[in-house]
Amino acid sequence: MTQVIYVPGDSGALALGADKVANAIRSELEARGIEAKIVRNGSRGLYWLEPMVEVETDKGRVAYGPVKAKDVASLFESDFLSGGSHQLSLGNPEEIPFLARQTRLTFARCGITDPLSLDDYRAHGGLRGLEKAVAMAPLDIVKQVTESGLRGRGGAGFPTGIKWQTVHDAQAAQKYIVCNADEGDSGTFADRMIMEGDPFVLIEGMAIAGIAVGATKGYIYLRSEYPHAIRTMNAAIETARKEGVLGWNVLGSQHLFDIEVRVGAGAYVCGEETSLLNSLEGKRGVVRAKPPLPAIQGLFGKPTVVNNVISLASVPVIMDKGAEFYRDFGMGRSRGTIPIQIAGNVKHGGLFEAAFGLTLGEIVNEIGGGTASGRPVKAVQIGGPLGAYFPPSYFDIPFDYEAYAAKDGLIGHAGLVVFDDSADMLKQARFAMEFCAIESCGKCTPCRIGAVRGTETLDKLAAGIQPDKQIAVVTDLCNTMKFGSLCALGGFTPYPVMSALTHFPEDFKPRAVAEAAE
Amino acid sequence: MQAQSTQIEARAKAVIAEHIEREGPLLPILHGMQDEFGCVPKETLPVIAEALNLSRAEVHGVMTFYHDFREEPAGRHVIKLCRAEACQSVGGDAIAARLQQLLGISFNQTTADGAVTLEPVYCLGFCACAPAALVDGEPVGRLDEDRLAELVAEVRS
Repeated sequence: MTQVIYVPGDSGALALGADKVANAIRSELEARGIEAKIVRNGSRGLYWLEPMVEVETDKGRVAYGPVKAKDVASLFESDFLSGGSHQLSLGNPEEIPFLARQTRLTFARCGITDPLSLDDYRAHGGLRGLEKAVAMAPLDIVKQVTESGLRGRGGAGFPTGIKWQTVHDAQAAQKYIVCNADEGDSGTFADRMIMEGDPFVLIEGMAIAGIAVGATKGYIYLRSEYPHAIRTMNAAIETARKEGVLGWNVLGSQHLFDIEVRVGAGAYVCGEETSLLNSLEGKRGVVRAKPPLPAIQGLFGKPTVVNNVISLASVPVIMDKGAEFYRDFGMGRSRGTIPIQIAGNVKHGGLFEAAFGLTLGEIVNEIGGGTASGRPVKAVQIGGPLGAYFPPSYFDIPFDYEAYAAKDGLIGHAGLVVFDDSADMLKQARFAMEFCAIESCGKCTPCRIGAVRGTETLDKLAAGIQPDKQIAVVTDLCNTMKFGSLCALGGFTPYPVMSALTHFPEDFKPRAVAEAAE
Repeated sequence: MQAQSTQIEARAKAVIAEHIEREGPLLPILHGMQDEFGCVPKETLPVIAEALNLSRAEVHGVMTFYHDFREEPAGRHVIKLCRAEACQSVGGDAIAARLQQLLGISFNQTTADGAVTLEPVYCLGFCACAPAALVDGEPVGRLDEDRLAELVAEVRS
């Protein structure tokens, strides 16, 4: 059997030099006349160890990292192909505490298999969910997803099964499955990782959704900022068509289902489902008023399931192992697992899939290892640019939709960005307003004008002009935006702004006065 | 002049023909134009409008809504530097300032020699290896002073 060497092709690993490492290994293999196959796997999500090279040995897989191209020669000298010891040795990757503590359901194969090998996918439990689904009555699939307690992983947390039920019940000649892969939130990269590391799981999830609701066409709206994910998804769809996973007879059944990737064009607001639908239709990505719900009148006015990548990628395991298996993880009304993305100024950044319920402190300090800079944590922004900044005094909150909502925050797409004590929260609040102003679709007034006025007002505050008055204006603006905006962009921008103001009032004191007082 | 515009029209029509059968073809067509011409030339807008039975204003409205579509071609190299929160948390603002200084341009500008265009982008999904950028579509993470200087030397050469 040919020796297999795994060098991640995940774009995050590429950003850290994985291609150079792969090339160095290739030329070293040639120079030494060794036969071996290099597989470009996805990332396991341990980004401080990327590029993490793995080899298949008699004792199982052995990892080395972070590997630089200049380390490659010495790896060969240490006989890493048989798992030899080296200063970059990490041993069995599954035993690295960061991985060992996880519950990988959605990401079970990510970083392990060759992303574009359907055989690999099958050998690691892939397609079992779809095989079961094609033999089931559509309504039973919907029921199983509903019973699993799966909620939309995009941010809103709406029960996936109920959305499917609505589309299932709607009468129409054509229905659609739309996968929202417009992962624009800073601090999030789970969608990117799964699309680059295990694209077939998304295809399988969408096919199951199609069969469940009676849709024959699926679109993946994928942001243009992810060129690697676009290439991998397109290649995987091509393979899936050839192998009969997609097409006229899904897995030999009577079900028709096909998928097309549509590339976004750099508008953050298109992550909002109705604006995404307009964009898919070839219009400006302007938000639509709801109702009508997309489940009733969605893409081209037809009943449409709009689900996030992770929601759809979680469906195959639910169909394979059952609703109960999935539901038994988690807490309260947050069932199953959630891929938490730990990012920003943090020592051990990466993807951590776990059942709901971990406290924020556990995630940041124990799993993330505190800040990368070694300075104290000042704030953690959870849920992207529309999520709240929480102070360390909130570290006992469990990771749960309701618990975060109760503290005026949101878990969103489950990305966290850690800031050390050098962060200026007034600047962060201003950025939230500025970002909203840049990305606003312009349809509703609170968002379009509120964000511009908010930026100006925070500038005045920073300049020390009538500070109390500015704080009153910002608070009032936030209230208007929160309750008056059409969608989450304007509606949630107040979360970062108000949480910064509430938890870090010292940063909002006029600078001149604060300096004089010191 | 006349010959040139006829040629643009012919190329535009070829791009349109590739995508016209799709549902909601306008975004794929605009992306196709940008791949073909390096931007969406204004001469192509009426051609697109006619093919899709839209008004020119509608096509213009869609094209200008999205940050990706350019009216003028970019420089030979394009650096998209992430300005979002995860990158900010590890010194992204200082990196942005330094890069502008090294290139001698601000965001959304192209150097006078046409070598480099600098664009802001809001999240590339490299939040656990920030600050990050895409240089001609290739990802670069953990940017620091040294890496930045290397990058600028590469795109300048």
